[in-house]
Amino acid sequence: MKYGLYVFALVVLLSGCRATNQLSLYQQLDGQQGIEKLVDSFINQIGHDSRILEYFKQANVAHFRQGFILHLCSVTDGPCSYTGDSMIDIHTGMNISEKDFNRVVELLINAMDEQQIPQRLQNTLLERLAPMRSEVINI
Amino acid sequence: MKHCKWLIGLYCLVNVASSLAATGKLLATPGVSQVEGSAGGGLVPWAQLAGYASADEVAINGFCSRADVTDYRLDVCGVQFNLFDRVELSYAQQQFDVPALDTQIEQSISAAKIRLYGDIVYSEWPQVSLGMQHKELQNGALASLLGAKDTKGTDVYIAASKLHLGALAGYNWFWNTTVRYSEANQLGLLGYGGENSAEKLLFEASSAVFLTHQVAVGIEYREKSNNLGLSEQDWKDIFIAWFPNKHISVTAAWLDLGRIAGADDQTGWYLSVTGYW
Repeated sequence: MKYGLYVFALVVLLSGCRATNQLSLYQQLDGQQGIEKLVDSFINQIGHDSRILEYFKQANVAHFRQGFILHLCSVTDGPCSYTGDSMIDIHTGMNISEKDFNRVVELLINAMDEQQIPQRLQNTLLERLAPMRSEVINI
Repeated sequence: MKHCKWLIGLYCLVNVASSLAATGKLLATPGVSQVEGSAGGGLVPWAQLAGYASADEVAINGFCSRADVTDYRLDVCGVQFNLFDRVELSYAQQQFDVPALDTQIEQSISAAKIRLYGDIVYSEWPQVSLGMQHKELQNGALASLLGAKDTKGTDVYIAASKLHLGALAGYNWFWNTTVRYSEANQLGLLGYGGENSAEKLLFEASSAVFLTHQVAVGIEYREKSNNLGLSEQDWKDIFIAWFPNKHISVTAAWLDLGRIAGADDQTGWYLSVTGYW
């Protein structure tokens, strides 16, 4: 029981740190410029992964780049709202497996590493994107 | 020349093996191997199934662990199979050394786990699994001597796990809780049941923080029953786990296992290595 209280105290203590940062995730990622660089790294990562590249065979890369930049800007509380096609519309018929979805997550992590985005910001961005998985896989 | 052929053959084999290896989960998310052979932490079985298999993959893992405390030593090795991230089957062999009595106790554990709901990363609610561990002592003389009623038993548990992305000041936070029905005395190494057999539902929990993509530090707690009237105490540990890639993990821990068979303050080191295919 005493042990449990220590854990609880630790959790409360660490969660408290979050409140001190007033900058939006968008700003912490270095705004539009940072997001564009990240998306370019990500596209480069996809280009080097034959399995994932297969999904982009019919895709217009410029259109994807524009859409993903806008999407990231919007989910990181940047000054834009995503008006493109819905996640479900984009991914219907692609039949993306759990495995390939996670591979894409790893490519995004690689891109964030390449852009030297700190681990904590990476996790926060992934946390914002994770709920969309059900609108992407197995459809 | 002959050696060269062998080397090329070996190289091809390793290549084929690694291209067949299951890699569908994110790094570190399967956890490591606990002392009874199930996927988990060191002491506690978790809701995750062993290995990197996703819904359309199969994974095979092997592990060995050593716990070295004041008066005893436990060695465990085992294998785990993950079928489509739905079913986990495992087999482990434990060897428990009691130098003071010049005695060695061996136990085998066949276990199964089924994932009932969720995914530790993506689902809204925690991943939940139901598991069982059937354990059989190969030499039950000491267990009988201490008053245990049986030399084999089956534990049943339900476990819930969740990884919260960025939850602790931006760091990923993992927790697991397990409730276990068990009659085992000290994992069953001292037999099953006894004169004091009473509360059977035992609480276990783990919590960890990922410092990097590859390194997690955490704590574990495992409640114990006191069937033999030998003041068996709850187990605790502090661990660090390293996942350099999807083929190996290394875990080190500091154990506090309390009183074991009359000997107080059993503390010491734990080291475990799991290989994933």
